[in-house]
Amino acid sequence: MSSDIDPITLAVLAGRMEQIADEMDATLFRAAFNPIIAEAHDASHGLYHAVSGDTLVQGKSGLPIFVGVMSFAVKAVIDKAAGTGALSDGDIYIFNDAHMGGTHLSDMRLVRPYFHDGELFCYLASVGHWHDVGGAVPGNYNPSATDVFQEAFVLPPVKLARGGEMQQDIIDILLRNTRLPQSAMGDLNGQLGALDLGVRRLDELLGEYGADTVRAALDALQDRADALMRAELSGLPDGRWQATDFLDNDGITDTALPICVTLEIEGDRLVLDFEGTAPVTAGPVNIALPTAVATAYVAVKHIFPDLPANSGVMRPIEVRVPEGSLLAAQFPAPVGGYTETILRMIDVIFSAASLAAPERVVANAYGTINALSIAGKRGNGAPWVMFSFYGGGHGGSIESDGLNHGNAPISTATIPPMEILEAAYPVMFRQWALRPDSAGAGAHRGGLGAIYEIEVLEETAEAFLFGERGRFAPQGVSGGAPGAMNVFHYEQEDGWKAPPLASKMVGIKLRKGQAVRLETPGGGGYGDAANRAPDAVARDVALGYLSAEAATETYGPAWQEHTS
Amino acid sequence: MSRMIGVDVGGTFTDVFVLDEVTGTAEVAKVPTTRPDQSAGFLDGISKHTDDLSTVNVVVHGTTAGTNALLERKGARIGIITTHGLRDVLEMRRRDRPRTWGLRGDFVPVVPRDRRLEVPERTLADGTIRTPVDLDAVRAATRTLIDAGCEAVAVLFANAYANSENEARAVEAVREIWPNSHVSCSSEILPEIREFERFSTTALNAYLQPEVSGYIHRLGHALSEGGFGGEFMIVQSNGGVMGTDTACRLPVRTALSGPAAGVIAAGHIARMAGFENVITGDMGGTSFDVALIAEGQSQLAPQTAIDFGMVVRTPMIEITTIGAGGGSIAWVDKGGLLNIGPESAGSTPGPVAYGQGNTRPTVTDANIVLRRIDPDNPIGGKLARLDVDAAARAIDAHVGAKLGLSTTQAAEAILTVANSRMAGAIRLVSIERGYDPKRFAFMPFGGGGALHTGAMLKEVGIGRAVVPRYPGVTSAMGCVIADMRQDFVQTINSLTATLDTAMLCDVMQRHADDGRALLDAANSRFDARDVIFELDMAYVGQTHTVSVPLPVSVRDGTVVAPDIAEVEAAFDEAYKATYGRLLDTGTRRVMNLRTAVIGRRPKFDLTTLAPKGGHVDDAVTGKRQVHFGDAWHETTIYQRLALPVGAEIRGPAILVQPDTTVLIDPGLVGRVDACGNTIITPDAAQASEV
Repeated sequence: MSSDIDPITLAVLAGRMEQIADEMDATLFRAAFNPIIAEAHDASHGLYHAVSGDTLVQGKSGLPIFVGVMSFAVKAVIDKAAGTGALSDGDIYIFNDAHMGGTHLSDMRLVRPYFHDGELFCYLASVGHWHDVGGAVPGNYNPSATDVFQEAFVLPPVKLARGGEMQQDIIDILLRNTRLPQSAMGDLNGQLGALDLGVRRLDELLGEYGADTVRAALDALQDRADALMRAELSGLPDGRWQATDFLDNDGITDTALPICVTLEIEGDRLVLDFEGTAPVTAGPVNIALPTAVATAYVAVKHIFPDLPANSGVMRPIEVRVPEGSLLAAQFPAPVGGYTETILRMIDVIFSAASLAAPERVVANAYGTINALSIAGKRGNGAPWVMFSFYGGGHGGSIESDGLNHGNAPISTATIPPMEILEAAYPVMFRQWALRPDSAGAGAHRGGLGAIYEIEVLEETAEAFLFGERGRFAPQGVSGGAPGAMNVFHYEQEDGWKAPPLASKMVGIKLRKGQAVRLETPGGGGYGDAANRAPDAVARDVALGYLSAEAATETYGPAWQEHTS
Repeated sequence: MSRMIGVDVGGTFTDVFVLDEVTGTAEVAKVPTTRPDQSAGFLDGISKHTDDLSTVNVVVHGTTAGTNALLERKGARIGIITTHGLRDVLEMRRRDRPRTWGLRGDFVPVVPRDRRLEVPERTLADGTIRTPVDLDAVRAATRTLIDAGCEAVAVLFANAYANSENEARAVEAVREIWPNSHVSCSSEILPEIREFERFSTTALNAYLQPEVSGYIHRLGHALSEGGFGGEFMIVQSNGGVMGTDTACRLPVRTALSGPAAGVIAAGHIARMAGFENVITGDMGGTSFDVALIAEGQSQLAPQTAIDFGMVVRTPMIEITTIGAGGGSIAWVDKGGLLNIGPESAGSTPGPVAYGQGNTRPTVTDANIVLRRIDPDNPIGGKLARLDVDAAARAIDAHVGAKLGLSTTQAAEAILTVANSRMAGAIRLVSIERGYDPKRFAFMPFGGGGALHTGAMLKEVGIGRAVVPRYPGVTSAMGCVIADMRQDFVQTINSLTATLDTAMLCDVMQRHADDGRALLDAANSRFDARDVIFELDMAYVGQTHTVSVPLPVSVRDGTVVAPDIAEVEAAFDEAYKATYGRLLDTGTRRVMNLRTAVIGRRPKFDLTTLAPKGGHVDDAVTGKRQVHFGDAWHETTIYQRLALPVGAEIRGPAILVQPDTTVLIDPGLVGRVDACGNTIITPDAAQASEV
């Protein structure tokens, strides 16, 4: 534990450095052209250790999954620089290789070494989800990809700037490999602006406090995060707990894919071992090792929400991922559907942790991103693509029922308004509603999933869905019941059809007046349904969250005496 | 008929500011806020300086009645009638969650699902009516809601911003049956695209209508009973005032009424003192609220969430709030880091020194232990004295012992961390939005802000602070100063290339006419009238729009329409100013028209509030030891209101007045300006000593 910094300076510096990262986030959100960054905040910024690449400070407003994954991106650059032997002030690396930096290829990472008095002090990094990075499918969500080359162009860490000099050659390559060069250039400028701002703010801070004091504060903050994590773990019982859940399939073969975790607590240490998880798949539900480790961080931070956002919290935690599993896929295995896999990892970690500390853990949320796109041509020949993710129910907790229609645990993105979608694309939502009888039963039930029924208003269109939870429902914890599964139907001349792979399908042909109908999962329940207050059941029936039949079947007849 | 009265009802106190326009004198009063009915405190406050209400020509009120009803969920029992398939929009929000981490918490909408009824009807995005509204179904739904005991109803139909016909017909049918006037629809309240924001704003408006209009009527009645025959107006969240008729129709526009008035007053005071750029800091019991005024203009935010999922979309003065108020609790986490807030002891039980049951140290306790606050003469007048020993014990136990610090060191540490967080909020509203705080003056108001002025100057590098003469009643003063303002919006949703400028001009004309009618009805005196038109525009594909001021003239009440080239040029200019570059091949789109109709009310001369004569020495009330940095300093105490214009007070010094303590740190100097403000700057004469 560093002790060469006084506690007051430390508290002040903690706030100042967090603000630098926050300000970098805000700079990119404001400047980005593409709505995935500007509106959904699919981006992140921070300060990283000069030697290890560990996350020192991360902005509060970035996407949760990036908090853990960015240190791998910085490490990839450190390794690359060590190999080539040259790193100087004003260098900026850029890359999107998910097997080196985690997540998927849409996430463009910029890493800039920060020098103070001629010495490497730390790294600054910026990651943002670009609108299009080449590949077979616009927007890069290709459910039938069997390698990364079908998903996007792949850029390993290369120098975008050398000693402050932008390399126009690199920019030319980037812009020639995207369908939306203007958007890409706008986002790139925003990310460069965020890094510039980070450099200016660090210059001011180090000028004010001195490099030694700031370095001591960064070390102390890591140590304190470590101490906080250990204190939390020490408060939990020792033991081993196991949980298994499944992905429906990989989008190519209809075989269930187990995701397994053994959670072991011993004193102030935690091991998350994913032995038993399915091997690498042909289809794009694989993830690279950095993504797996970052996901463990997201799950842990949801269980202990007050922990700081630096890698000190991961010191007492060991993440074991079996070689050859779909959680440690090697280049060039496809990784485009990484969101589905990491949501399932979070689910099993929650389920296992609920056995150790039921009061700490919420039941499983809806567990699928449901990337649905509908595309076609207008009467005048102009192409259109409506692409969005859809929400579902959150899990119940010791505090309350789960939230109806929330966003995914890995994200904080909001859904576009229906009217914006209807104004931009030839569609009409017949229904945009809560899904009755979808909540997992429990003392505190899960939140309700949603129903979206979308009718096509042009002559023809095609629909594509990349979803999950069509075969395996979100689990309850502490005796709570599972929520309803994901259900997808599409309308044809002879009635409603369901995809053979449940929630994944490409090229669904639709005609004017036909619709698709997505019914998303509810959250799992918390605690035994028998312990739910009868008046709460009666209220759910009165509000139409729950049908009378389902209420009696699940909770018994006691609620009927509480109807007003 | 020469007096204007501003009344601001806050959580703890009701502040009254009485201006006599003839003599130019002002009087202030502070009385306890009464709850649940605030009108008793309101009338009590006015009566402190006014026996005869017939001599008053204007009463302007900043109210938290609406805010409280929203936060405490004490609005009316209401129902909604909505498009088939969309009853849950209000409950589904925009698929967000209360907190990023933890995944806990749920959401209870103000209208439960069984009072959200669907009827067959549908309008498409282009305004085409696909299904005409089924009026029999509307009538049946109306009767169901009446039978369910609803006091207000809102009609919320899809795409009503594009064509309001179905909504209008439905509302007409409802009004024939509904027993009171509380019937509204989304195209009347906010004809703007985005169904959740429009439905939420309309539903919350209905939720507030019975409560707020009842409150305003009670006040209006009581005022007339007292002989008042002038104009009674309400402050809106946008910092402008509106007539009570408008307030009863659009109570949702009062959601941030009180704080907005404070920012308006701060802007006026700063301008009179010679500062066009000012950052305000209002420190209350639980929070520190910061707003920025650049070139005399306060910034407006398009919407706010009063609480999770309770979105109000109507222009409001942008105020950034952090949880660092006087009552914020200091604590050391398991990792050994000192934190301030967000938990707060508020004003009840309040700081440890209040002796009302709280045992954990607050920011105010640190100020008391360091004697920056006088324990024997607490402000506000509620308590006789403060318990310094209890505050010191709490600081020792919860901070000092854990960090190995003495009591005074721990108290200084609490202030250092609190000041650092407050300075962070100032950086947030300035630097992050492209403003250099060094070009701004800092204006503290509220009860506690002026204790932290020196720290803000030092931490942020601001050159000077302006402490208003009456910092505790700034919001009440703002009521008297604020302009009358009406905002209008209409979604246009058209590419600029195919923009129907005749249609746009018609809407602009309607907005201008409606606004002017409201100004005329107010029966108030205006120095000038302005109509401001702005378009929300973007390139196709972008979701964030840019505010584009339209250079349009209104001649003799007739709007002169812009042509397409003018609209495009205005967009290019605004876009370039925001993003630095244009997109050469981008297609421009007009999303919304926003209109503000403003009646400029006469501004009174603040020098009338300035002290008349007096001598510095006569203002001295004594000396006491006050802790700054790492030492106790003998510090002179002054009666602030007795200081003459031009007086210079070198720190360390404390200026006291009934509702505020102003701290002048060592190395700073405070000067009383011509309006009676105290301008605090680094002291050149002392610079070499510190």
